[in-house]
Amino acid sequence: MLETIQQPWPWYVAGALIGLTVPALLLLGNKHFGISSSLRHVCAACIPGNISFFKYDWRKEIWNLFFVFGVLLGGVVATQLLSNPDPIVVSEKTVEALHALNIETDNQLMPASIFSFENLFSIRGLLFFVIGGFMVGFGARYAGGCTSGHAIMGLSTLQWPSLVATCCFMAGGFIMVHLIFPWLMTL
Amino acid sequence: MQQTKEEFVDAPVVQHPIECEAPNDQVASESLVTSNIKYMIVGILFGIVFVKAEVISWYRIQEMFRLHSFHMYGIIGTAVVVGMISVFLIKKFNIKTMQGEKVVFHDKTFHWGNIIGGLMFGLGWAITGACPGPLFAQIGSGFLVVIVTLLSAIFGTWVYGLLRDKLPH
Repeated sequence: MLETIQQPWPWYVAGALIGLTVPALLLLGNKHFGISSSLRHVCAACIPGNISFFKYDWRKEIWNLFFVFGVLLGGVVATQLLSNPDPIVVSEKTVEALHALNIETDNQLMPASIFSFENLFSIRGLLFFVIGGFMVGFGARYAGGCTSGHAIMGLSTLQWPSLVATCCFMAGGFIMVHLIFPWLMTL
Repeated sequence: MQQTKEEFVDAPVVQHPIECEAPNDQVASESLVTSNIKYMIVGILFGIVFVKAEVISWYRIQEMFRLHSFHMYGIIGTAVVVGMISVFLIKKFNIKTMQGEKVVFHDKTFHWGNIIGGLMFGLGWAITGACPGPLFAQIGSGFLVVIVTLLSAIFGTWVYGLLRDKLPH
């Protein structure tokens, strides 16, 4: 049993469980799935400034902060107790494509050659952590949601603006990986 | 939630994003810890799925955008179908929340941010290998440098709030 859990879970199991988050939150207390809103609540709670966008009763939305803290704890549990003893398998073609960009696949969840503290104050760190994170936060709020709020919750409730946003998320990703990323890696 | 009169006149569509996009629609009052702990538990389960299905892996995101693997498409596709069926059933049978309240749904209004912000989000998603959910799970998995990415995402959200009235919507 534990061995089965330790293996990487197939897409249909993971997809179904992620999809069930939608009714779980709705039925537990009329809560709408959307993770990037938690970032806004953090702003509203900690650094509202004098900005109207952050002047609302964030305490009413605190459930979302409990939720994302749970996601963090889930990361701890999965990694400490249920982690897969085998290295992750990355598709052959992706390994080659990354190799061509001088990124060696180290068979962990994230490439240590990029996601380490040594890179924090380099150009790579600036791009991957600071600018990348900024675009995720700014873009998600400007778009009115992220993958959870638009792609999963929005599409589940048949909202066409969410379909537009989801297509743009994907388009942005393709543009980055195919057009900008190869250039960034030469810096 | 404050909104100046001016904004209503100039750009009525801006009215929508001022509201929380993932709102709490429960009417019954909630206590800080005992009511909210259940969302933390759902979050823990959700985070475990993220790690176990390798959704938080930077490599899986690269594979997805290089069309080298079906994995992420399968996950997102299945999640959407399961979510759709669940919402359909909740509406069809008028399933109530645990508190006996009617489940509230909101329509989203289109604005240009869906496109411009969406593209920006996609660029960031591909480079960080994480959308906001996986950011938290990556930190929990021990990639502590991602705390910087998270802080930067919070800062990005703040800058959006600051510039919101000047951006096209």
